[in-house]
Amino acid sequence: MAKKERWENVVPPVLETTPGYIPDALFERAPYDPTAGEKGGYSNYSYWGSTLRAFRKNKVAMFFLWVLIALLVFTFVQPLLPGQRDPNLINNDPETGYMLKNQPPSSEFWFGTNAIGQDLWARIWSGTRTSLFIGVVVAFFEALIGIVMGAIWGYVRKLDRLFTEIYNVIDNIPTTIIRMLFAYMMRPSLFTVTFVMCLTGWFSMARFIRNQIVIIRDREYNLASRCLGTPTTKIITKNLLPYMVSVIMLRMALAVPGAIGTEVFLTYIGLGLPVTIPSLGNLINEGKQVMLNGTLVYQLYYPAIIISIITIAFYMIGNAFSDAADPKNHVE
Amino acid sequence: MLKYVLKRLSAAIVSMFIVITVVFLLMRLMPVEGYFGGRADSMTEENKQRILENMGLLDPWYEQLLNFYNDLIHLDFGRSVTLQPNTPVVKILGKKLPYSVGFGLGAIAISLVLGCSLGVLMARRQRGFWDKIGTGYIVFINAVPPIVYYLMIQISVTAATPLPMLFNERKPLSFVLPLICMALGPTANYAMWIRRYMVDELNRDYIKLARAKGMPNNKIMVRHVMRNAFIPLAQYLPSTILFTISGSIYVEALFSIPGMGGLLINAIQKQDNPLVQAVVLMYAVMGVFGLLLGDIAMAICDPRISLSRKGGSR
Repeated sequence: MAKKERWENVVPPVLETTPGYIPDALFERAPYDPTAGEKGGYSNYSYWGSTLRAFRKNKVAMFFLWVLIALLVFTFVQPLLPGQRDPNLINNDPETGYMLKNQPPSSEFWFGTNAIGQDLWARIWSGTRTSLFIGVVVAFFEALIGIVMGAIWGYVRKLDRLFTEIYNVIDNIPTTIIRMLFAYMMRPSLFTVTFVMCLTGWFSMARFIRNQIVIIRDREYNLASRCLGTPTTKIITKNLLPYMVSVIMLRMALAVPGAIGTEVFLTYIGLGLPVTIPSLGNLINEGKQVMLNGTLVYQLYYPAIIISIITIAFYMIGNAFSDAADPKNHVE
Repeated sequence: MLKYVLKRLSAAIVSMFIVITVVFLLMRLMPVEGYFGGRADSMTEENKQRILENMGLLDPWYEQLLNFYNDLIHLDFGRSVTLQPNTPVVKILGKKLPYSVGFGLGAIAISLVLGCSLGVLMARRQRGFWDKIGTGYIVFINAVPPIVYYLMIQISVTAATPLPMLFNERKPLSFVLPLICMALGPTANYAMWIRRYMVDELNRDYIKLARAKGMPNNKIMVRHVMRNAFIPLAQYLPSTILFTISGSIYVEALFSIPGMGGLLINAIQKQDNPLVQAVVLMYAVMGVFGLLLGDIAMAICDPRISLSRKGGSR
């Protein structure tokens, strides 16, 4: 109360005699306009919209995106088309009964046949399906395990030291060696190849997530969330992860060509898929065995071309997307 | 400096011990057929047990581990089973190692020169001719599995030129293709890193100051930009050695160079357990030391690095 009295003493009431006095009648009441309130501080910026727009501007990446979509659709449609052969069927000449081996590309066998008379066209698309399947599965698990482990590693302080030490030890061993060792121990199969790649792939993802989380976990908005009693899982999923979406997507996009390449490598050194499952690695391996014969080089060229297109497309799209997802590039 | 090196060295030794132990334990999980030299079907159960007993494989695992370390100290990796029956593994490795090291170092020397020049050319004029060529090259090398372009090079180059397809010790011309193949990957990586760091450095304030002072462009490039851009590369260098090693697994098998990479593949295909174990250990130890050297090299190249920083934040 005492304060109020003093306040009134300092600011005298406005009287008609006060210099600069304006009578109320001269004031005009402004009409209330709800739309005017929206005008300031608002832009129609949307993160994903801008990302998409920036991505579309990259002509090369768009080209590869269409190529990839076409290829993907075709690999799934191909077995449904009329007149397709089974990739593991050994074709015999109907008249002589001999195997139709090493036939050059013709209207009957579009990509020719291999050393035991299997249709290379069917094998290439079946192999592309296998390789893409491996790539996508590996990318998915890499992201899943990497994000979960990285989030725990970065957010739970007590575990940081332990995890870092473990990481340093594992990081010291070349991943190729780890993969070869595990593939050597297990039986060659689709599961082995995928498992071996998932085993090593998530380290770098976890490491990246951990570093990002350590950087942003103590920012003010996270502090505020914690003070308000938000559970840790919610802070991680709602506050931290959206921050890293673009880079996670980039890493997933790059994991696909990486996995396809590793499959080729493992199969090449005899630790990959059995020959009964056509894969791009198997096809290149088969092609390599006949490449010294100049007329049969097509058996190597076709799978090599397909694998190059797929890996380059994923690589270009991944990089273009991560550029587009960077808000610094959204300024127009 | 000495303190940092010692600390880093002790960490490397610890992780080496862990790596060796893990590799050893993993090898125990493997099918025992690898110890019978492909005669497993014709052997009686008794014979098999005797062989395993002679090799000490039926002892409890901790005893095996102790014996294993004891053998390691005496540089005894056991004897090959299938590839060169009864030859000590050390002897086989000793013969193979010079080829791998020679080709590896040669390839890295080539890629350092080519990669750095390409990177500088790319950074000098962004979006210029060299930048476009270089970017295409880097994308191709990074995306496409190496075996694909190795095979393509082997086929097309040997068809077009008199270069021999397979390695022959007495023909120096046959060294060319393997060296080129091994240098392709690291060259792309060096060019990419040099370009990235140089572009980053070029936009720094001190470069603008140097320009404003009227320092000639070449001098800026050499004295300021290159010097700073090289630091991250110093750490990256030993990792490239790892890259080259794992790349050499293909190249050596492809050109039938009698090196360690080809040996590993042969040993795996013939299921020669002791040999696989030794080669894997060799690679793992090389990997550990590669990273160790990288950290030390970076500490030497960069006077700003604080040597007391916490380890493991690499």
